[in-house]
Amino acid sequence: MIKHFFKKLGFSSAPFAGGIQPDMQKWTESSAIEICPLPPLLIVPMKQHIGQACSPLVKVGDAVLRGQKIAKAEGYVSVPVHAPTSGKVIKIEEHAIPHPSGMGLPSIFIEPDGLDERDTSLQPITDWQNMDVGALRERVRVCGIAGLGGAAFPTFIKLVQDQRNPIKTVILNGIECEPFLTNDHRLMVEHSQKILHGMQIIMHMVGAKQGIIAIEDNKADAIQSMQHAVDDANIEGLDIQVRVLPTRYPQGSEKQLIEVIIGKQVPAGKLPMHVGVICQNIGTTQAIYEAVVLGYPLTERVMTVSGDAVPNKGNLLVRLGTSMRFIYAQRGLENFEGLQILHGGPMMGERLRHPDIPVIKSSTGLLALSQDFFKQAHAVEEPCIRCGHCSEACPIGLTPNLLADHCRNEQLEKAADYHLFDCIECGACSYVCPSHIPLVHYFRFGKGQAAQVRREQNFAEASRQRSESRDTRIQREKDEKAAKRKKVRATHAPTPTEAEQGKE
Amino acid sequence: MLESLMYAILALGGFALFSGLVLAISSKVFHIEGDPLSDKIDALLPQTQCGQCGFPGCRPYADAVASNAADVNHCVPGGERTMLAIADVMGVEPKAVDEEEATPMVAFIREDECIGCTLCIKACPVDAIIGAPKQYHTVIADHCTGCVLCLEPCPVDCIDMIAKPELLEHWSWPLPDTQRAQTGLERRESHHHD
Repeated sequence: MIKHFFKKLGFSSAPFAGGIQPDMQKWTESSAIEICPLPPLLIVPMKQHIGQACSPLVKVGDAVLRGQKIAKAEGYVSVPVHAPTSGKVIKIEEHAIPHPSGMGLPSIFIEPDGLDERDTSLQPITDWQNMDVGALRERVRVCGIAGLGGAAFPTFIKLVQDQRNPIKTVILNGIECEPFLTNDHRLMVEHSQKILHGMQIIMHMVGAKQGIIAIEDNKADAIQSMQHAVDDANIEGLDIQVRVLPTRYPQGSEKQLIEVIIGKQVPAGKLPMHVGVICQNIGTTQAIYEAVVLGYPLTERVMTVSGDAVPNKGNLLVRLGTSMRFIYAQRGLENFEGLQILHGGPMMGERLRHPDIPVIKSSTGLLALSQDFFKQAHAVEEPCIRCGHCSEACPIGLTPNLLADHCRNEQLEKAADYHLFDCIECGACSYVCPSHIPLVHYFRFGKGQAAQVRREQNFAEASRQRSESRDTRIQREKDEKAAKRKKVRATHAPTPTEAEQGKE
Repeated sequence: MLESLMYAILALGGFALFSGLVLAISSKVFHIEGDPLSDKIDALLPQTQCGQCGFPGCRPYADAVASNAADVNHCVPGGERTMLAIADVMGVEPKAVDEEEATPMVAFIREDECIGCTLCIKACPVDAIIGAPKQYHTVIADHCTGCVLCLEPCPVDCIDMIAKPELLEHWSWPLPDTQRAQTGLERRESHHHD
């Protein structure tokens, strides 16, 4: 009751259920962002976001400029891809991308010419306050901006004004709750004004008057820097504030953060806009600023290179398409024997089989961990002892141990009854499990199997329809032929009397 | 004595007549088109219309299973998952599927050898081949069910079955590589094949 009262007064923010406090290991939090040199070859995959893949617009041998659109978006949930630097297209073929399957996608190989010339066809928009919201949204789309927090969902889709679901609050997600990662932290320290500017553009686009910059309390310098930016900026008519939150994983997850900030849960299967909120990542907000005010498409991003096996850890501004092997080499790591390399953070990132993979829009970090550090804890899975730690840790309120049993036994309908599809795969349950059960892995397996079943059902249904329409078509043709034959027979067939005469 | 017997016979006979009428009327009023059991089974089948079960399509096989004229384990492309689902609907013991589940295939026409005879188009049960007389034909790979019915009619043998290309979007996580996950999987598989 008292808590609720306090919450109403805005003294304390509502915490989300569950969560964990992992060892944050933010070793690179005070190393300034450094620019990674241009590699000798850039490999640009045709899909760097959630949604449909793009199709190439350039041919082998074409000269391209930095920021030139080299692949066009196919379908609505898609954004175009741009050349990360100026140079020549030397080949277009399949290449591995950061994906747990180790599979590849068609990619454009660009050999940089070293000049790094920009394509200047996009005009800067400094007067965005008086700009049509639709035009700004189109700018964000053509600049290829996708969520830089790791999910890489096309950003323009979220930046929409909907009469039924007006956006009241824009939340800037400066939580960065994954251990090791410090790229958003450094961006807030070094580019606070650009981020605030980007936030104002977002607020203008969605028509929101309230903005909250949410930062965890382990980033004192980022809080200070953002607060200074807010104090200095000219933000008349807008209510922008910096909100400091206690450190807790997975607070940076969109739905958890919204629950903490506004005290309302986003219902299952709904979007943040249904509770009047949109959430944007720090890096994405800066990219929106650059796209609108400078006219720069997304060609580079900040990423953290860390882990106990990296001699020279740091935060790097990397061109998209740079090979991870090149980046590691820049930081003094060349021998990968016995190391685990991770794309993203240790909680939700994926293990890569080799470092010959390009950086894409969703690459938040690059970790290299020694075997001792990584601990192959999950190799020995013990039986569940029903301690319930996983249920306590789950931020969604699921029962991971029961859910894992159903997934392990491929009882997909039961797993769906236990809300398998609400799982955000944050890894909190796997982290706390004393029996080392790879819970999230089971959920991913279960989700994949369920998706496979659904795909097969859809295909079977489509095949049935095609087969049925073929049958009706054949029947109709047969009937038409029969009718025609009957007609011909009626007009041309010999009359009964003639036939009788013929017989005689 | 005889009177009370008459009452009983009349009462029971009258009741029987009444119930019979109610049943006769309701069977007309609440009549269901088709066989619901057969519909249920048809919905589980992969609709390849391949005829590998010995019936001329998925619907006839579903009808046969529903009327106990066929076993639950003849659908080759459906594999074990389909067999288990049908066995569940029919309430019978699962049986091992006739043949091992093969990798999904699609037909591919070597177009420079195609003579444009349209025989494969006529054979395709799901209209997945396009073309016209004296024109090259081609298979719409997304629609092909891999039923191989087009191979036999082709007079110049220009149709190959190739493995369905694996798509990144369709990749899914395997079971974890732990002892418990693997033993569980083995146990399930041996159980189904008994």
